[in-house]
Amino acid sequence: MSDIVEKTLTALPGLFLQNQPGGGPAAAKASFSSRLGGLVRGITALTSKHEEEKLIQQELSSLKATVSAPTTTLKMMKECMVRLIYCEMLGYDASFGYIHAIKLAQQGNLLEKRVGYLAVSLFLHENHELLLLLVNTVVKDLQSTNLVEVCMALTVVSQIFPREMIPAVLPLIEDKLQHSKEIVRRKAVLALYKFHLIAPNQVQHIHIKFRRALCDRDVGVMAASLHIYLRMIKENSSGYKDLTGSFVTILKQVVGGKLPVDFNYHSVPAPWLQIQLLRILGLLGKDDQRTSELMYDVLDESLRRAELNHNVTYAILFECVHTIYSIYPKSELLEKAAKCIGKFVLSPRINLKYLGLKALTYVIQQDPTLALQHQMTIIECLDHPDPIIKRETLELLYRITNAQNITVIVQKMLEYLHQSKEEYVIVNLVGKIAELAEKYAPDNAWFIQTMNAVFSVGGDVMHPDIPNNFLRLLAEGFDDETEDQQLRLYAVQSYLTLLDVENVFYPQRFLQVMSWVLGEYSYLLDKETPEEVITKLYKLLMNDSISSETKAWLIAAVTKLTPQAHSSHIVKRLIQEFTVSLDTCMRQHAFELKHLHENVELMKNLLPVDKSCEDMVVDASLSFLDGFVAEGLSQGAAPYKPHHQRQEEKLSQEKVLNFEPYGLSFSSPGFTGRQSPAGISLGSDISGNSAETGLKETNSLKLEGIKKLWGKEGYLPKKESKTGDESETPPIPQESTIMENVDQALTKKDQSQVVTQSKEEKEKQLLASSLFVGLGSDNTISLLGKADTVSHKFRKKSKVKETKSGEMTSVHNMTCSSFSSLSNVAYEGDYYLNTLQDRGDKELKKFSLNSELLDSESLTELPLVEKLSNCSLSTPSLFDDNNMEIFHPPQSTAASVAKEICLASSLLEETTEYIHSNLTEVCNNETISVSSYKIWKDDCLLMVWSVTNKSGLELKSANLEIFPAENFKITEQPGCCLPVVEAESTKTFQYSVQMEKPFTEENLSGFLNYHMMDTHSVQLEFSINLSLLDFIRPLKISTEDFGKLWLSFANDVKQNIKMSESQADLPSALKTLQQKLRLHVIDIIGNEGLLACQLLPSIPGLLHCRVHADVLALWFRSSCSTLPDYLLYQCQKVMEGS
Amino acid sequence: MPSGSPPHSNTASLPEHSDGGFPSAAAAAAGQAQPLQRPAAAMQFMLLFSRQGKLRLQKWYVPLSDKEKKKITRELVQTVLARKPKMCSFLEWRDLKIVYKRYASLYFCCAIEDQDNELITLEIIHRYVELLDKYFGSVCELDIIFNFEKAYFILDEFLLGGEVQETSKKNVLKAIEQADLLQEVRYLFS
Repeated sequence: MSDIVEKTLTALPGLFLQNQPGGGPAAAKASFSSRLGGLVRGITALTSKHEEEKLIQQELSSLKATVSAPTTTLKMMKECMVRLIYCEMLGYDASFGYIHAIKLAQQGNLLEKRVGYLAVSLFLHENHELLLLLVNTVVKDLQSTNLVEVCMALTVVSQIFPREMIPAVLPLIEDKLQHSKEIVRRKAVLALYKFHLIAPNQVQHIHIKFRRALCDRDVGVMAASLHIYLRMIKENSSGYKDLTGSFVTILKQVVGGKLPVDFNYHSVPAPWLQIQLLRILGLLGKDDQRTSELMYDVLDESLRRAELNHNVTYAILFECVHTIYSIYPKSELLEKAAKCIGKFVLSPRINLKYLGLKALTYVIQQDPTLALQHQMTIIECLDHPDPIIKRETLELLYRITNAQNITVIVQKMLEYLHQSKEEYVIVNLVGKIAELAEKYAPDNAWFIQTMNAVFSVGGDVMHPDIPNNFLRLLAEGFDDETEDQQLRLYAVQSYLTLLDVENVFYPQRFLQVMSWVLGEYSYLLDKETPEEVITKLYKLLMNDSISSETKAWLIAAVTKLTPQAHSSHIVKRLIQEFTVSLDTCMRQHAFELKHLHENVELMKNLLPVDKSCEDMVVDASLSFLDGFVAEGLSQGAAPYKPHHQRQEEKLSQEKVLNFEPYGLSFSSPGFTGRQSPAGISLGSDISGNSAETGLKETNSLKLEGIKKLWGKEGYLPKKESKTGDESETPPIPQESTIMENVDQALTKKDQSQVVTQSKEEKEKQLLASSLFVGLGSDNTISLLGKADTVSHKFRKKSKVKETKSGEMTSVHNMTCSSFSSLSNVAYEGDYYLNTLQDRGDKELKKFSLNSELLDSESLTELPLVEKLSNCSLSTPSLFDDNNMEIFHPPQSTAASVAKEICLASSLLEETTEYIHSNLTEVCNNETISVSSYKIWKDDCLLMVWSVTNKSGLELKSANLEIFPAENFKITEQPGCCLPVVEAESTKTFQYSVQMEKPFTEENLSGFLNYHMMDTHSVQLEFSINLSLLDFIRPLKISTEDFGKLWLSFANDVKQNIKMSESQADLPSALKTLQQKLRLHVIDIIGNEGLLACQLLPSIPGLLHCRVHADVLALWFRSSCSTLPDYLLYQCQKVMEGS
Repeated sequence: MPSGSPPHSNTASLPEHSDGGFPSAAAAAAGQAQPLQRPAAAMQFMLLFSRQGKLRLQKWYVPLSDKEKKKITRELVQTVLARKPKMCSFLEWRDLKIVYKRYASLYFCCAIEDQDNELITLEIIHRYVELLDKYFGSVCELDIIFNFEKAYFILDEFLLGGEVQETSKKNVLKAIEQADLLQEVRYLFS
């Protein structure tokens, strides 16, 4: 048969339409007239890939000739297109035909157009340039009176359409939403869905039309609109809560079988629709009790109705369970859902079992007892022949790992790891093992061995954070110094044993870890001398399979060990060997070692033992070179100008614009890489040890702080988990008691079965008991949160938290260091105090410190100071009774103020997550005192007014109102309308304030209205000064993002400020900006600093500053035209003020 | 948005108006040139291939380069064919979920995201097979090989842009027949 094909292919193009002789009977149904048939049959007959390639190339070249020939009719073109699609599917390039596909869609009749559109949608992707040529055709077809043409155009638009051409077709498609045919309306909705995906802002104005589509009389159109709603609700669930009722009603109708029978699938009513609705409900009901309550009934009904034993029923059940666990919990439903999960897990059908495991993984954190129920099934799944089941089981185990079962679980994970070859799996699993090992490792030996396994398997594919974290953990240690030393010693010993094994190749990253550890901690060894270690490292260095990067690590280790060694024989050999190395880097290192080696004293000073965590003092200004520079200048050398300055000068001379991206001008590496000869050795050493120590240097400061301030008893801003706990705890007690019973029943059953159990069974039981230890009802709660309070020595905080608290701590550190020079020290101080609140003596410290601060700093708040010191009477050790006599305050006032302070502290406790100002009295009379403070929340400014009733009488209908101000948007927080203020009590009113447009300072005023004993109404007015700074928050972005944002902003302002002596260097200037203006310091590059902030709600402001002698050059940019000016004003005020 | 920023040669010859800054239009254009990360569709792609590993149909709902498509196809075909018949119909592959099912000599294989519902995807495959069966009348692999464009037409009426467009079997087939019929008529008279 292949002969026939060969012949046809070489035949004249005139034979093009000639019929092919039929193939076997198998091809009987295929169209005989098509050349495609011939091609397909030809290919099937071939035996080798090479032959196929030859045939297709021939086919393609004949096609190329045909499509470009002017005589080719559209009908022939259609034929060619089909064959081109086929060739592309086989993996050959047919790009020459793309343009013809577009032409065919444009010019052909319906038959040809359809193939043309199909070819376009298969050939092109949405960013393809040729797609622009299709726009006209689409526009024309959308306006056609032929239904089929309109449908074809809509189909292609829903698949691929150039984003920038959406406006050209959008009005046409909007019109189609009112088309009389439901198929057109449905396709139009899907086209709009597509637009929403690729350019959401372009379809924003037609959201109202989506609602109409949702109410369409045709089920298909309504179902199509759900795609849009699912997506929009995923992005912002709060905006669509009002639709919950509608979705619930639709689902009820669907479940109740009210839809046309057409939509049934295997006698289940519209399963796709049901699942889509369940998903939407899950998103809407998340963390929202009121909305969730609306859907309990329909969820219950869905669970009940899905009883058929068919895949599609299980699909609905699965989605139902997912939704029930997503929304605000209801114990009845949770119980049913748990039963459902059980059905899945115990099912003999493997697909259902898999989904059962997946569901368990999802719910396990909310309800760990479920895992206990199914422990035997889980054990079986661990040894399942299908790797996918195994993997899902491991994922489940990963979620229930605790200090007691870690060894068994990690062992199972390692077993799986050794079998798998897929890179993605390895990276994923290795990361999990490392995470668990750091969190829960039971002892040193286990930890080091597990990490060894991680490094040798994960090798060079794992995330670079893993070795970095591991080294940091080793270097920084924990609270117990002897423990730390043992861990390090164990690591050193284990690496030496590993290196003794012959003919084993370790991944480069592992070798790097080893060399760093050996270099740092070999001094802990008793038996082995440094020489022996150096010999081993030397052997590695001579190995050809080792990369030059690893060699740099190795030689750095040797350098560290050299001062400890007594005989330098081997080191000398090494120097000899590598000073003539062809690798420049290695030669450099060798020379450094050589020179250092000549001066042992210097070397010992330079490389002290076990000092990897110590801060390194670097003279970044290179002041020791001043003499050298002066000499150069006196000999007539030009003064040095930084790179960007030279560039700017060059630009201003040439009077052309700089088209290089802004970010590039910051490219100077390290400190002063190319400024001085001393810089070279600093820079070149970076690949080895100093990179590590450099890392240490920047991190050590933060980490010390974490332990002090952000520890277990410290202040941990974890609002989410807190609310999560609250919402999850209610069902737990009932659940756990039930589970306890089940558990007991299980153990009883186990006991009765002991006699009959086979040995294998026993093993499984054993495994189960070791795996699920710590999951029992006693520990349920600990898993839900308290587990974290158990102190594990290898505990590591999650990265996000770490960096966050790191930043916060550094702020705090700065506060401490420059305590007295700050004017806003009060809030910082308060902030500091909050972290101490849990200590037993918090009251004492709070008041005494506060008064101290206020005494020295804020004279304006003197009255409050007096009150405060008054209050500290309760702490007799500090103030004796005589003090009270001095102030002579009226007794009642003192009492009320004391209460006020109490209240303030209680309020503060609630709001410890946010920084806030001091409580200041804004107005008062004999009965009432109004105080206020600001809470600088991340997303808004929260103003709190607390109204204290000093009198012994009850006040009626107290009402606080804020005058509307044009620059603010003020929203009342719920729960603050109080008709009655009881005697001698305090109530608070909360308002969140948003800024409408920028300003420098503005007054916010209001009044308090109350009735006293129903007699007369009293009105008290007050006002508060708000400044722009109240609405500025740090904006945490990366340097890269800064560069991008910088380019995209048009409004900029530049200004030079002269600085006083005390702050004439960049760090202190940045510190001031960070503390007083709440700008976030992104990066410091040489003498330039990058900062960013945002003006609430979300206007970014960027600042680039540079220090020249005593001049600070500020350059602001923002998307808002006025913000840079205001920021500059504030900056000037701050810089000149301090 | 302006339809295009002025060419650089023009801006360069403008008189100096900013000390080293960027002309705002060009800067704005540079900012917008960053392609937005497009959220992926519910279904990422669908592949049909034979027991011999020959691709019979491919539909991509996410934009990928030809090279990536080829790589993904090769890897997936290998992985799926290596699986034993009693094994689970789902696969984790990179960060995607693969749902596959074999019908006679053809494998139907869909990629979805991890949080999607695997079982309903399996039913999507089944519904597609039902549609093919109804259209061709007890469909076999050869029908799809020789009339793959028809198979694509049916798929496009059932799934659009990775989402289920129409679940009613009757409606899908009606739409196809309508297009076919109009074509036939034109065909006869042309």
